[in-house]
Amino acid sequence: MTYAPSERQQERIAFRRRQAVRSVLLAALSTVVVGVLIVAGVTGSPGWPRVRQSFLNADVATKYLPDILDGFWLNIQLFLVCAPLALLLGLLMAVLRTLRGPVFFPVRALATGYTYTFRGLPLIITIYLFAFGLPGLRLQGTPDVLVLGGAAIVITYGSYLAEVFRAGIESVHPSQVAAARSLGLSYRQSMRHVVLPQAVRRVAPPLLNDVVSMQKDVGLISLAGPIDAIRSAQIGQAGSANFTPYVVAAVLFILLALPLIVITDRVTLRAARAQNAGT
Amino acid sequence: MLLSCTGVRKTFGDHVVLDDLSLEVAEHEVVALIGASGSGKSTLLRCVNLLTGIEDGIIRLDGEEITNPKINPDLVRQRIGLVFQSYNLFPHMTVLDNITLAPTRVHKRAAAEAREQAMHWLERVGLADKARAFPDGLSGGQQQRVAIVRALVNNPRLLLLDEVTSALDPELVGEVLTMIRDLKGEGMTMVLATHEMGFAKQVADRVAFLDAGRVLEHGPPDQVLGDPTEARTRQFLSRIIEAGRL
Repeated sequence: MTYAPSERQQERIAFRRRQAVRSVLLAALSTVVVGVLIVAGVTGSPGWPRVRQSFLNADVATKYLPDILDGFWLNIQLFLVCAPLALLLGLLMAVLRTLRGPVFFPVRALATGYTYTFRGLPLIITIYLFAFGLPGLRLQGTPDVLVLGGAAIVITYGSYLAEVFRAGIESVHPSQVAAARSLGLSYRQSMRHVVLPQAVRRVAPPLLNDVVSMQKDVGLISLAGPIDAIRSAQIGQAGSANFTPYVVAAVLFILLALPLIVITDRVTLRAARAQNAGT
Repeated sequence: MLLSCTGVRKTFGDHVVLDDLSLEVAEHEVVALIGASGSGKSTLLRCVNLLTGIEDGIIRLDGEEITNPKINPDLVRQRIGLVFQSYNLFPHMTVLDNITLAPTRVHKRAAAEAREQAMHWLERVGLADKARAFPDGLSGGQQQRVAIVRALVNNPRLLLLDEVTSALDPELVGEVLTMIRDLKGEGMTMVLATHEMGFAKQVADRVAFLDAGRVLEHGPPDQVLGDPTEARTRQFLSRIIEAGRL
């Protein structure tokens, strides 16, 4: 015998369908109302013509876009180099902090001191210290400011990522380590095959979140001198007495972040589902 | 003696868990540890596997003192299998990878050979179709059987079983107990902490009753469970009978 919904169930289905239609209509209406209010509020404001002239000027945007894009390419390259390095550094520091035993005291102290210092130190100051302080030592083979500034970003972000990794490592239940050790695996092998794979999976969303944040902070390299998107926007602003170049750079940064943000959202959702499935 | 514990002492802060405990296990012997919660059954198993250190005493495996701080505990653990109450399978690995991890990484066997051996075992315990599944897709009984296989593929001299059926639904206990019974038939030396008195009776050559951190009495199951000499043992058993577990 095939299943046919009872009369009562059919009523429920019809009711839910009516409710759904109503919700969609309501959402559409409120979106339109809010949108109109915002647009009217902004464009109707007394200063709007001036703001549009100095922040959203199409001519200025067209004129400086190629330079800003050139600079932006530097940001992208810097990001692609710095992100993996910072992740590696963070992972290394997190693992060092978990080492037990007196032999590892100096390593542990160093790793702990590192995460404490660089999470407290403003990135801007770190960049200044690295890019302008280190060359001041006049050591042979001091790399150029781009490398030094990049190093400042890697080291700063590495300290945040280290703490995220450490939280992940600590979230793996001790019974997992006990199981690994009982099979004869060494500490290193347990870490590599049992703890870290679970830890990284668990903290993937916050890790990616930090990477998204890093994506825009590579723009701070402009403080050290290299001509990236922000620096060329600044040059454009000085040349045109117009702020539109900054808006152009801002849009580029958002566009770069979008795919990463979408990935982060997906990973977060998947992680949440996996966690709920486990219980 | 395959395993001998002499004068073992273990404390957690002020709490003395094992107090001058001595226990000997011969090759091919199955010893069941019984006793109330907190009597030190699990702690003893963890001490034997060197997962936790002891404060005093000597533990020997095949005559070699394994509590000697100069020896590498990893090498000792490679000769002892331990199965946990909560299975502790690695959730990020398939059943097959769980089983082949130690053979390939610790014993450096070829991956193909380790897989073949793992599949052989899985077929034996009727879980070959689960080889590619992840632990969370298995029932508790299936997970525990995989955990036992994971310990066995290292060819341990001694298998420690820590309340391996306590986390299982009643109808799944049987499949795990059957597996342990088969292992006994093959001569595997085992020490098992258990609440299943009926099972201890069937499978154990000797039952040891732990109380206040020591072996208060031990002997053949019929004697210890049927006609105990110590008042504390009788007290414990009467509580078990009240709970309908004997």
